[in-house]
Amino acid sequence: MDRSDVQDVEFTLNGETIAATVPARRLLIHFLRDDLGFTGPKIGCDTGHCGACTVRYNGRTIKSCMMLAVQVDGATVETIESLADDGELNPLQQAFHEHHALQCGYCTAGMVMSATYLLERNPDPTAEEIREGLRGNLCRCTGYVNIVEAIAAAAGKETTQ
Amino acid sequence: MTAPTRVETRTWTGQSYPRKEDRRLLTGRGRYVDDRGMIRQGYAHFVRSPYAHARIVSIDTSKAEAMDGVHCTLVGEEVKAQTEPLFQIAPEPGGRMQEYLMAVDKVRYQGEPVAVVLAESREIARDAADLVDVHYEPLPAVVDALAAQEPGAPILHDEVGTNVSWQGTYEYGDIDWAIEEADHVVKIDRLHFHRFSSTPIECFGVVVNWDPGTDTVEVISNNQMPLFGAMVIGPSMGVGIDRFDFTSQDIGGGFGIKINLYKQTGVLALLSKKAGRPVKWVETRTEHHLDGGHGNERWFVDIEVPVMADGTILGVKARAVDDAGAYLHYEPLGAVIWTQVLPGCYRMRHFQIDYSQSLTNKCPTVPNRGYSRMQHLWMLERIVDVVAHELGFDPVEIRKLNYVQPDDYPYETPNGCVYDSGNLPLSLDKALALIDYPTWRERQREAVGSGKRIGIGIGSTLDSGTNNFGQAQIVNKDLPFSGNGEAAICKLDLYGEVSVTIGTTPQGQSHETTAAQVVADILGVTPADVDVVPGFDQARNAYVGFSGTYASQFAVTGINAVIGAAEKLRAEMIELAAFALGAGQDEIELTGGNAQVIGDPERAIPFIGLANMVYTNNAILPTELAERITLNCRHTYVAPFDPPDVERKFGNLTLTYASQIHAAVVEIDEETGKVEILDYAAVDDCGNRINPQIVEGQVHGATAHGIAAALREELRYDQDGQLLNANFLYYHAPSAAEMPHIKTDHVESPSPFTGTGAKGMGEGGGGPLHTVCAAIQDALGSEEPIVADSFNPPERVFRLLRGEGLGEARGVEVVTKGAS
Repeated sequence: MDRSDVQDVEFTLNGETIAATVPARRLLIHFLRDDLGFTGPKIGCDTGHCGACTVRYNGRTIKSCMMLAVQVDGATVETIESLADDGELNPLQQAFHEHHALQCGYCTAGMVMSATYLLERNPDPTAEEIREGLRGNLCRCTGYVNIVEAIAAAAGKETTQ
Repeated sequence: MTAPTRVETRTWTGQSYPRKEDRRLLTGRGRYVDDRGMIRQGYAHFVRSPYAHARIVSIDTSKAEAMDGVHCTLVGEEVKAQTEPLFQIAPEPGGRMQEYLMAVDKVRYQGEPVAVVLAESREIARDAADLVDVHYEPLPAVVDALAAQEPGAPILHDEVGTNVSWQGTYEYGDIDWAIEEADHVVKIDRLHFHRFSSTPIECFGVVVNWDPGTDTVEVISNNQMPLFGAMVIGPSMGVGIDRFDFTSQDIGGGFGIKINLYKQTGVLALLSKKAGRPVKWVETRTEHHLDGGHGNERWFVDIEVPVMADGTILGVKARAVDDAGAYLHYEPLGAVIWTQVLPGCYRMRHFQIDYSQSLTNKCPTVPNRGYSRMQHLWMLERIVDVVAHELGFDPVEIRKLNYVQPDDYPYETPNGCVYDSGNLPLSLDKALALIDYPTWRERQREAVGSGKRIGIGIGSTLDSGTNNFGQAQIVNKDLPFSGNGEAAICKLDLYGEVSVTIGTTPQGQSHETTAAQVVADILGVTPADVDVVPGFDQARNAYVGFSGTYASQFAVTGINAVIGAAEKLRAEMIELAAFALGAGQDEIELTGGNAQVIGDPERAIPFIGLANMVYTNNAILPTELAERITLNCRHTYVAPFDPPDVERKFGNLTLTYASQIHAAVVEIDEETGKVEILDYAAVDDCGNRINPQIVEGQVHGATAHGIAAALREELRYDQDGQLLNANFLYYHAPSAAEMPHIKTDHVESPSPFTGTGAKGMGEGGGGPLHTVCAAIQDALGSEEPIVADSFNPPERVFRLLRGEGLGEARGVEVVTKGAS
């Protein structure tokens, strides 16, 4: 394989149009983090299980370590950096803050992106539905208790567990 | 010793103040090691052994070096040529080990690094590493700690001459008398505590630059005990501690495992020196499972437990065999650390534990949440549970009978540790209330014959915090370690800003928040007014040799260092204000960002005015005052310890003892052996809580680790030493969908030894492992084998349901006096 193989891509990232030339073999997560400087999404595994790299891709959540950078051509991508408005936490982020739903913070970007998608599809989830909706995201600090509480609170529910 | 200080005003301390760290972490603006870099950096990739045990015949790096984009390579022989072997904690025989920063001549576990490649991109480094040609001569591997001690077992380290790296007998009271005196002796064939890791989601990472101009080694990493790392690699590399600058900001979980990030740091520093450029390395998940470090696996064999007719348990006789893996990383400190909790939660007075540690062809073990105490506490709790089942005692009553009682505190254990405070019976009652114990007992009876068995389990555990490092001398009398402490700096900056720097390396433990709460109370401001500088930086000069975040101690060592520094600053501010306002020092109070005459806001000076006098206007001060007052106050908290009595293995090894009592209800599917948790509760007692919400979060996290370890997570090697689950596909860290809700409650028994009444907490003592095993035993009843392994996946429970245990028969025998 010729490692100098590159390809041009143009896509929308957090509302901005990005045009770039990327190596064909580069993972989307490395493109976002190393080349474009959006370090909110994290890398925690090499098999697509941890979900720390979760971003929105044409509205759906995907694991950006499981896609190549060249696949974003023409797409719309949103990272955790897209959520806060002028530095103000959005209601879901605020709920994570108030309910102590993060400790080390490493899984948080992916967790919040998955929770955002979950609440869009199901604005009134049960605790069980919240837990199912987070199946693709691992957290090793919180035991998930406060994450479930925070998402329920963001959906306007009393603690549901 | 430093006089412990009590925060007099508690406006903020004790509140669930929302975390100061959250804003940056929730918006993707944290700075973890992989988010950082240096100009001209190259990317490193390690070449690792595919074998568990092999001789390195040759390493050919020429193809890798010829590849476009490769800067250079480094192999073990080059490391050996420019370094000394690493300092060993162990005395002989383990201390004879010649361990270098990277493998030389031999590899001793799968995944051990043998070479490293530096290239201009991650991808090229990885490709080039594949081109390094290593010729191995495979050797027989030993992967079982008991087998490793048998004659004829393959020897890992020829210079050590044995696979037994450490051995010692811990004897207190008179166990032979107790066994003679007892009405029953319960004999347990063997118990096995399995190997797992808390697997932080962020793997190891290092950015290092050996600066040729100043000969300093700048390290950005996620090491959670950087000074320990510097102490081990510095002498090997010939680098003074003052020539290192270890830094970290945000760390993505550690749980003890990130203490193990020092050999890699040393190798990468040498690589940087050779390449003449900074080096960045981030471990992959697979590499982390192979090489990052595992929790301790331990066998307990030939256990004898003397029990009186009323259920009083007199003590324990056993042989413990710990599995250190291939090298002694932080070990053999684990060989004494478990004795912090020798009798666990119980009044047992007679012990004889023959403890030894084996070297095996597996990844080295390192401290992991609950380090070394969890294994021992699990054994004790299995013992109490098995005794209850075998002799027909109620599992609640036998615990309450044997617990250290509320009136016993401060309670001196048989080996001289002092349990500071607690109320175990109350904690147990609260845990049982949370799960509604009587109702589940009823449902347990109703479930009989339904194909689903219900079991209720109790786990009693301790979270000992603030080590006395003097216990290291019990392992090796020549070690120059004792005491414990932490450093902090509290200063008033030029425009009146309150700034706090601590020597800790938090990985989610919320130090910026809790430190701000206590300082706010001392200086009469709000936590929002207190800037706690994020992360660790050696150059800030707020550290001691013990610095870091590990072993459940921040609420004592870190917070008391912060309190001491803030009180020094407060005294200086009051002295300045008294001078400026023409008042006596005892007339001054600090409130709302001002120093004022008590109750008289008209006679006040703002913090900025105090700072001005010292930083930019010092001609107005008397020379003596100007030279003495700096508004930059450093304090070292020194924990009140004496060195232990090494010969008797006796002394106070830990300052505080938080307790946790857990209760669980499980349902076992008789057809599949699958265990499901139906209800779970944890009751924590860590004395006065600085921030209850943060404490509860730690309880949740520790509980989740324990539940996952009990039912889902085992680092499993085959007989050739191949790790079978080196990623999250096969290593089943649970998602939210696989975890139960965890109910919590608390008891607050203030510690008399810490000034604030707080106790260190966070590790949790492995409570769920005790609890889940007890619940499974309860579901099995007294006819089936005992639950002898800490790991109980469906296939093992399936076998237990069919009468197949770990060893012979049921694995337990009761000898009753007078019975023939």
